[in-house]
Amino acid sequence: MGADFLWTTFTRLLGALDVTLSVWALSIVLGAFIAAGITWMRGSGVRPLVYFAKAYIFVFRGAPLLVQLFVVYYGLGSIPAVRASIFWPFLRDAFDCAVLSYALCTAAYQSEIFRGALAAVPHGQIEAARACGMSRVTLFRRIIFPIALRQALPAYSTEVISMTKATALVSMVTLWDVMSVALKIRNDTLVTYTPLIVAGAIYFVLNYLIARAFIAVEHWLSPHLRARPN
Amino acid sequence: MNWTTALGFGDRSWGPAMVEGAVMTLLVSTAGLAIGAILGSLVAWAKLSGAKFAGAIGEGYAALFRGLPELLVVYFVYFGSSALLTAFANLVGIEGFVGVPAFAAGSLAVGVISGAYQAEVFRGAFLAIAKGELEAARSVGMGRWLMFRRIIAPQVLRFAIPGLGNLWQVALKDSSLISVTGLAELMRESQLGAGSTHQPFTFYVAGGALYLLLTAFSDRLFEFAEARATRGMRREAH
Repeated sequence: MGADFLWTTFTRLLGALDVTLSVWALSIVLGAFIAAGITWMRGSGVRPLVYFAKAYIFVFRGAPLLVQLFVVYYGLGSIPAVRASIFWPFLRDAFDCAVLSYALCTAAYQSEIFRGALAAVPHGQIEAARACGMSRVTLFRRIIFPIALRQALPAYSTEVISMTKATALVSMVTLWDVMSVALKIRNDTLVTYTPLIVAGAIYFVLNYLIARAFIAVEHWLSPHLRARPN
Repeated sequence: MNWTTALGFGDRSWGPAMVEGAVMTLLVSTAGLAIGAILGSLVAWAKLSGAKFAGAIGEGYAALFRGLPELLVVYFVYFGSSALLTAFANLVGIEGFVGVPAFAAGSLAVGVISGAYQAEVFRGAFLAIAKGELEAARSVGMGRWLMFRRIIAPQVLRFAIPGLGNLWQVALKDSSLISVTGLAELMRESQLGAGSTHQPFTFYVAGGALYLLLTAFSDRLFEFAEARATRGMRREAH
């Protein structure tokens, strides 16, 4: 073992990064759309919709993601009716199941972030926009959305990072992501720590880059909060 | 076997095992939260003390365990603690492999993750104490220990309750990952039940429902604790 082993481990783990990143990116984007719907229901004022949104958030935030993943992948696949349905080509695939269950889960967290961000838009701004005659759509596009987006960024970065960490669980539904390749190398070579350490370094750097990116976007979106140049 | 018998409490049913699993989940999460409280308060202390070296170590630890996947930490602590213990045992003359009990490794893993987040909760809680209270305590001649016991600790605990409540939920959910070490907690029992009855859907949904029960119930408990701890405080005027 030496630099050679370290290098092969590193390249093999990097090769698995595309699975990790695809699950991550697809589920966050899909989750954002579901979250938008849930947030809308939560604020709609229509009782059944509000209750549905609350129940959704309670269930998907309260149970561990691992259980949710197993319900979708192992659970649904064991039901004959599901196997006979048109969803089966989709649900038999571990990758699709992972994206689906991750999206459903992150949607619950994301919708809470959206709700908080919308609630933090100062009321005076909305009143001012109405007073100068903005339509609902213009009001949302020009006033509410930009302010809420800025408010949501810090919490959103936390959620995005927790999703990177959560992708490691797909190693338990037969996918070859960074985590499962690290465990495979560990099993094959009986080198106890190196594969895990290298995998940890990859995840850590990835999360660091994501955090930096969010800080940069936040900085870019809040020029009015920066100190005036002399 | 239909699902009611599979999950019931009769002969060859999995009801008792699932309940025992839920109790084990509670135990291992509680132990994890306690370990995290010790680590978290040490890190908070190191950062607040202004000591550069200790603060940097604390900061590094917190950054590391916030940036690593929880599953990786679980594997690492599980394999790592056994290797450490084996090395130690060989040193004192005990031959062969000595494994760390899954419960100890599991609660340690949940604990080091939780500690990284609890550090911020405790630091924030300390900073929320009104400066005047500390000055007043000093001016009546309280020693450092007495001031910690009478002024700082009670208020830090009070301000930390909401944050700790969130982290307790996180610890409960993270504890499901310990199933990979074979500890018979709720997730593991669900897997075993699913395998032996060939009813994965029933068992994972039941497992999920039990987790929801635990999170909902403990949420109430923390709300109660918060209401009780802040009963002497003036409510904000509306």
